[in-house]
Amino acid sequence: MAYLLVFLPLVASFIVGIFGRFLGDKISQLITCSFVLISSALSIYIFSDVAINSNTYNLKIFNWITSGGLVLNWSINIDTLTSVMLVVVTSVSALVHVYSVGYMSHDPDKPRFMSYLSLFTFMMLMLVTSDNFLQLFFGWEGVGLASYLLIGFWYKKPSANSAAIKAFVVNRVGDFGLAIGIFLIFKYTGSINFVDVFKAIPTLLDKNISMLGIEASLISFICIFLFIGAMGKSAQIFLHTWLPDAMEGPTPVSALIHAATMVTAGVFLVVRCSPIFEYSPFVLNIIVLVGATTAFFAGTIGLVQNDIKRVIAYSTCSQLGYMFFAAGLGAYHIAIFHLFTHAFFKALLFLGAGSVIHAFNDEQNMRHMGGVWKKIPYTYSLMIIGTLALTGFPFLSGFFSKDAIIETAYSSTSFFAGYAVTIGVLTAFMTSLYSWRLIFMTFHGTFNNKNISLSKVHESPAVMLVPLLFLALGAIFAGYAFKDYFIGSQFIQFWNNSIFFLKEFVLHHPPLWFLLLTPILVLLAIPLSYYFFVKDKKSLDSFIEINKPLYNFLVNKWYFDELYDFLFVKPAKKIGSFFWKIGDGTIIDGFGPDGLTKLIKSVSNKAVQFQSGFLYHYAFVILIGLSILLTYMMIF
Amino acid sequence: MENINFIYPEIFIAISILGLLMVGVFKTNSFNLVTKLTSFMFLITIPIVFLNSTVSMKLFSNNYIVDELSSFLKILILGSSAFALFFTDQYIKKNKLDKFEYPVLITTAILGMFVMVSSNNLIGLYLGIELQSLSLYVLASLNRDSTKSTEAGVKYFVLGALSSGLLLYGCSLVYGFTGSTNYYVIAENFSADNIALLFGLVFILIGLAFKISAVPFHMWTPDVYEGAPTSVTAFFALAPKVAGFGAIIRILYIAFGNVFDEWQSILIFISVASMILGAVAAIGQTNIKRLMAYSSISHMGYGLAGLATGINEGVTASVIYIFLYVVMNIGSFACILIMKRKDIYLENIRDLSGLSKNHPLVAFCLTVMLFSLAGIPPLAGFFAKFYIFMAVVKADLIILAVIGLVTSVISAFYYLRIIKIMYFDPEQEKFDPISSKGVKISLALSTLLILFYFLNPSILNFFVNLASKSVQ
Repeated sequence: MAYLLVFLPLVASFIVGIFGRFLGDKISQLITCSFVLISSALSIYIFSDVAINSNTYNLKIFNWITSGGLVLNWSINIDTLTSVMLVVVTSVSALVHVYSVGYMSHDPDKPRFMSYLSLFTFMMLMLVTSDNFLQLFFGWEGVGLASYLLIGFWYKKPSANSAAIKAFVVNRVGDFGLAIGIFLIFKYTGSINFVDVFKAIPTLLDKNISMLGIEASLISFICIFLFIGAMGKSAQIFLHTWLPDAMEGPTPVSALIHAATMVTAGVFLVVRCSPIFEYSPFVLNIIVLVGATTAFFAGTIGLVQNDIKRVIAYSTCSQLGYMFFAAGLGAYHIAIFHLFTHAFFKALLFLGAGSVIHAFNDEQNMRHMGGVWKKIPYTYSLMIIGTLALTGFPFLSGFFSKDAIIETAYSSTSFFAGYAVTIGVLTAFMTSLYSWRLIFMTFHGTFNNKNISLSKVHESPAVMLVPLLFLALGAIFAGYAFKDYFIGSQFIQFWNNSIFFLKEFVLHHPPLWFLLLTPILVLLAIPLSYYFFVKDKKSLDSFIEINKPLYNFLVNKWYFDELYDFLFVKPAKKIGSFFWKIGDGTIIDGFGPDGLTKLIKSVSNKAVQFQSGFLYHYAFVILIGLSILLTYMMIF
Repeated sequence: MENINFIYPEIFIAISILGLLMVGVFKTNSFNLVTKLTSFMFLITIPIVFLNSTVSMKLFSNNYIVDELSSFLKILILGSSAFALFFTDQYIKKNKLDKFEYPVLITTAILGMFVMVSSNNLIGLYLGIELQSLSLYVLASLNRDSTKSTEAGVKYFVLGALSSGLLLYGCSLVYGFTGSTNYYVIAENFSADNIALLFGLVFILIGLAFKISAVPFHMWTPDVYEGAPTSVTAFFALAPKVAGFGAIIRILYIAFGNVFDEWQSILIFISVASMILGAVAAIGQTNIKRLMAYSSISHMGYGLAGLATGINEGVTASVIYIFLYVVMNIGSFACILIMKRKDIYLENIRDLSGLSKNHPLVAFCLTVMLFSLAGIPPLAGFFAKFYIFMAVVKADLIILAVIGLVTSVISAFYYLRIIKIMYFDPEQEKFDPISSKGVKISLALSTLLILFYFLNPSILNFFVNLASKSVQ
């Protein structure tokens, strides 16, 4: 059954990818959707089996590498952590598959799109079901590839191509870190199977190594490199620049890969490696710092963006920051819980945004929207649900997970706990602000679109709305239904040792005023944003006018792209063009191929001219040859 | 006289020449008949040579040798000449060359070559060379109505006379200082301290190098190849090279075997010069016959590189090389003879453009030949070069091997250029349908041999090993 679960998407991808042209659009969509739906049904069954009945499985597919001490298997390893990821991946993927049937209805390359989606699903399943670092790395790179293919799906758009390349290259930085982490693990533990590595880690606590002139404990080095990998994939600050640009891909891709699943792989990695991270308080602190900073900085940028998908992308970035600092505080289960709930409401928001974009005939700028909530009531109400869940409106799923994170930060003794809790509350407020800004700018106010008349704005077909409905159900109830298992009274039995806690995890309940602080701020943000973005836009404009430098700073995304452009891209281009023009062109080509061919050509011309056709020339050459040889004989 | 049966092949050919002349003189329009008789004579001679192929006999007071090497080369000479006669029949008739002297001259040339490869005596060598050369001079100018052909004949004759003079002068020097023309006696009396003897050696080597068109004694080759009728050019590219090689091997390894150090550097010089010039000068050619001339110059360079090693492997490699060179040239010239539109034979490389569309099979065969000439695995030409380089490296002549490799890369350019023209350039009018059976059979046989040589290279290598042992 687990085999079916993992390999059905691959089979679907293969069939549709190779034969999609002959099968036609309808059959291709049918195959991929049905296979992934079966897969998601199986994963729900496995989830109940593993999580509720506390079973674990380790199925060996076949031996992959046996080389000296390195023994690796392709395997399907299922514990509670994996099964949670399985549910998230396959269910969101299945809904996105179905949604794509409607969303991509005008696209000529449907089979290719569906094939890529299924391929992505398979790679993600490989990643989460791995029992060793190499298979995880395989899945890690596989989802990176699928992400690249899907961001650049509309390959005729130059912006999509450059976004795809950017995503790939920035991820490479993270992957490099992950690879080094894995090398270190193999060098010092002699294995890269999770079980063996986790067993060996406690014996290496005192080991110090020196790298790049820095001497520190081995565990810290391993953790920092693994975390760099996680940062790349999960778009944390410094390595986040690819995620907003990745919105160039079709919206279902954004929902599946860049919100619900792939970008959470970094969180998954940290949680999966909790038996390593737990021994490095130093790196955990760094994770808290990076996570909290990301949450804050992405939230501030989200406040001023005008592209509907970019707002949600920065929101994703910000929420991933929450997950990381939860993990950094040692609350791995809460991080995963937030990952779980986030998958539902963020996918809902993205798909809802897709529905809006569809309604406006591919318009993404929120300033060209507005006033349409009556025309698209279903999308509107579903988006409201998503927004409420995201902002942590009481008793929706985001409320349980996000507040648990903030409470953890409050009660934690970690070095950066104070920083984290401040940022957590502040970012929750900002989240609410920009989310409602999105709703108000998109659906309320006056109709601002010049390309399409108000009457032409249409509701999306049922095939797009039904998946939204399922996600909305998840966004409403997932938090309440699973909070006891994930983070509540039963969390020890539920996780069943798939997460490692060095010290027993205890959550002190904060005072009541603190508990009420976040929800009140969140609720306050609603009228506030209504006032600024619908009621009285002039006061907003004057506010922007006053704080112009700050506004520019945010609109330009903290100038990260410009900074990287200056620091890395331009020098790299200069070095590249130096090596190309001078190194390759002038030196290598000049003296090598081009120079040689020129030389040979001129020699050849000489030789041909030499062949004059005159008999006495020929005889002369013979005699010259004769005298050369005779002279040689006399001298030597 | 009791051993006279070992020179039956030579005697048979000599008598046949007289007979063929009689037939030709007394019968009008006898070209067809004489050609048939000649072919028949070849067919009989090959088994006669073959009968003696495993013996090693010294005849006429050690002045004439019949051994494995000479038998192998003789069979190669006969076989290649037979092909050269066989696949040119159409061409000869179309160009009104069908005079009975044509096959007779080829036969006399063959007799000369037989003497060249078997002679163990300077006089014998000279006689063989002259008999061969005089026949070739006439053959080159056979198309006497064509200025090009007569020019080629005259040039060849004058330069050939010059080289013969050099050769003879060398012979006289060697004779004067060693007191004999017999190779064995020369070897005994040859002293490296005697500068006159070394001069003699150089003169003799130059005379022989001229015959196999090695640089810088190659100047006649492109002009003669281009000017002579294609059928004659094909013959020039085949048998005389084999004979020249046979003579060089015998004189270097037997008569001058003791002074290896003296002639090695000369051979290396000639070899390197041939490889480089053959590779470089061919690039500028537009006439395919001229191109083949330069190609053969460069291949002679590789063959000489094998001989320059002075070790058994080197001689073996050279003989294998010359054998495969002959096979590749048979195939290539068969393709050149196909280049005919409206009954006019074409010689420009551009005429091949788009051949792959009109005659895919011919294009494929020519591609195989050219790839093999360029030395691309797994074709036979690769092995030929491979053996040479192996031997050269074994003899510690690394620089020679490197130059050989570099020039083979350069020469790959012009072979590949022809392939590019055939496959990627716009197609032209079709060639005339191939009516000659000889061309078809020669092309098919040589392509098959080149293509599948790699399956069992040891068959050829076995015979060549036997042959090359006889000069050690």
